[in-house]
Amino acid sequence: MRKQLKKFAQFTALSSLLVLSACGGNQAAGDEDGESSGGVVKADIGVISYISGPGAAYGEAITNGLKLAQEEINGKGEVKINLVVEDSAGKQDQALTAAQKLMNSENVTGIIGPTLSTEMNVVGPEADLNGVPIMGTSTTAEGIPQIGDYVFRNSLPEALAIPAAIDKAIEKYDAKKVAILYGNDDVFTKSGYDTMKKAAEEKGLEILTTETFQKGQSDYNAQLTKIKGLKPDLILASALYNEGAVIMDQARKMGIDVPFVGGNGFNSPEVINIAGDAANGLIVATPWFGEKEDDKVKEFVSKYEKEYGKKPDQFAAQAYDALYIMAEALKNAGEADRDALRDALAEVKGFNGILGEFSFDEEGDVVMDPTVLVIEGGAFKEFN
Amino acid sequence: MLIEQLINGITLGSIYAIVALGFTLVFGVLGIINMAHGEIFMFGAFIGVVVTSTFKGPLWLAFLAAIAVTAAMGYLLERFALRPLRNKQGVSHLAPLISTIGVSILLENLSHHIFGPGNHPFRASFAEISFQIGSITVYLVQIVIFVISVLLMYALSFWLGKTKAGKALRATAENLETASLLGVDVKRTITMTVIIASAMGGIAGILVGMAFNSVTPQMGLSIGLKGLAIIILGGMGNVKGAMAGGLILGLAETFVVVYGDSGYKDAIAFAAIIIILLIRPQGLFGQKISA
Repeated sequence: MRKQLKKFAQFTALSSLLVLSACGGNQAAGDEDGESSGGVVKADIGVISYISGPGAAYGEAITNGLKLAQEEINGKGEVKINLVVEDSAGKQDQALTAAQKLMNSENVTGIIGPTLSTEMNVVGPEADLNGVPIMGTSTTAEGIPQIGDYVFRNSLPEALAIPAAIDKAIEKYDAKKVAILYGNDDVFTKSGYDTMKKAAEEKGLEILTTETFQKGQSDYNAQLTKIKGLKPDLILASALYNEGAVIMDQARKMGIDVPFVGGNGFNSPEVINIAGDAANGLIVATPWFGEKEDDKVKEFVSKYEKEYGKKPDQFAAQAYDALYIMAEALKNAGEADRDALRDALAEVKGFNGILGEFSFDEEGDVVMDPTVLVIEGGAFKEFN
Repeated sequence: MLIEQLINGITLGSIYAIVALGFTLVFGVLGIINMAHGEIFMFGAFIGVVVTSTFKGPLWLAFLAAIAVTAAMGYLLERFALRPLRNKQGVSHLAPLISTIGVSILLENLSHHIFGPGNHPFRASFAEISFQIGSITVYLVQIVIFVISVLLMYALSFWLGKTKAGKALRATAENLETASLLGVDVKRTITMTVIIASAMGGIAGILVGMAFNSVTPQMGLSIGLKGLAIIILGGMGNVKGAMAGGLILGLAETFVVVYGDSGYKDAIAFAAIIIILLIRPQGLFGQKISA
């Protein structure tokens, strides 16, 4: 305890020093940077991302998406954005240090990131306290925008994705009776189950049975045989793709041919690799669909592929849109001021990005219609 | 529906039984719980995947390759993880157990690197053969698994009870020094036992891969622990006990799902084991190794 206190004292002393020096150095810089000159808003946007370590692929996709958006935005000339990128290595303490460094620099008007919800839970309150608007592009956990007024996100939470998928499936198949299957030893699949159960109850679906499984299980025949006997119209499965694909394979083998509705953890091309034809009929909702018949999406995909040599994933797309949202808010704010940016962000409504039409609700959470996909003939297709 | 669940339970139970047979053999002779058995089983499954999916080889080749690889692993396990610890002064009786745990962790991590994490599908046309009786779909694999487990049980019983090698093995199990004095090649007998047990694990691995179409580096751990519970239930070192214990656990797990809550599947199945052990502490067929 004493050790912690001492550490804290050292830390406070250090950070206040940093603030002082930042203030001192800023007076000269303040005139040329961070102010609007001739209608162009210039601003530094801090980025905290998972750039090194086991999840470095996320950080790479995110920063790639941001840089692509930055080029385009600066090219248009209404807003000039300078990205200040910091690495969090997926660690809470490092994310906090990076955030403090960014917040203590007067030039940084807003922050994009960090990558993980666990990091956001630490960084978010700090940013809110300091009055720096912060926007997560990949933080899907419950309660992130509720941290404070300055905390936003544009990443679609499961609580929005799953009901959208269920809605469309009910509409198409006129479903009335469902069976639920979920992994009960994983926080992610358990929370997906809670969302499914709530959505099913709200829609007045009859839940015939709720079955569970554990991570790494290989035999699902007992649960599936039981489900088969109850003859549901739909199966709601909150599973990660590894288990989910095997479940579908075993279900199809025993003659269950009704569609499956899954969460975001089930949304992976790996399902098709593992289950093959048995994967047909899986319905998932996703914020990002790269094959969408949309000019903006097509342009983004081809630009991204040309620049980085691979197809953009959900993380790149969400980051790309996030910077555009920031730019839009900066333009509306008319100046590079933290409070003005926050107010302008909160006002963002009906923004048209590559993810679709996007708005913030009063808490700073996502309002958008996710794209619902279905696997048909061994590929993801838009579900109508 | 009930019949289908019965088939599910028997299939699962037969797989447990084959895994448990490998456990029981090693325990019966060496008095060692081989914690690496589950991982050897997992390697057998992966060899099956590699032969059938990657090299598009026929199924019989997959079986031969899996048996060969797991038998070799059994030899290496005995040679480097168990033998050096035997008959040494000052070695704790727990040392071989810890040593096999070490091997199991090594093998799991190794398979992560060689095969990659995640699920690997088992593509064998044999696994697709099924026939319909009324509304019930029965897969040929399910029947094959049951038949193989029964055959293995009888073959082991016969081998242990009637053949010279089996008698030597039982003598070794009775007392290492005495058997050695009576002219039994103890070293060879022990090595043979571990190799046979491992090869049986390999066979079980392929059968699981075919039945459930799911092979992961983590599959060894859970099935290994269940195999362990089964041999305690059936009676340590007893061949028929392993078979009966496997079927009881497989059916218990399945019927908890049918009539109860799948969330309590393992809890209830293992509670049943504890109750049986309270009534018969030596296990269902408990004695030292016997046919």
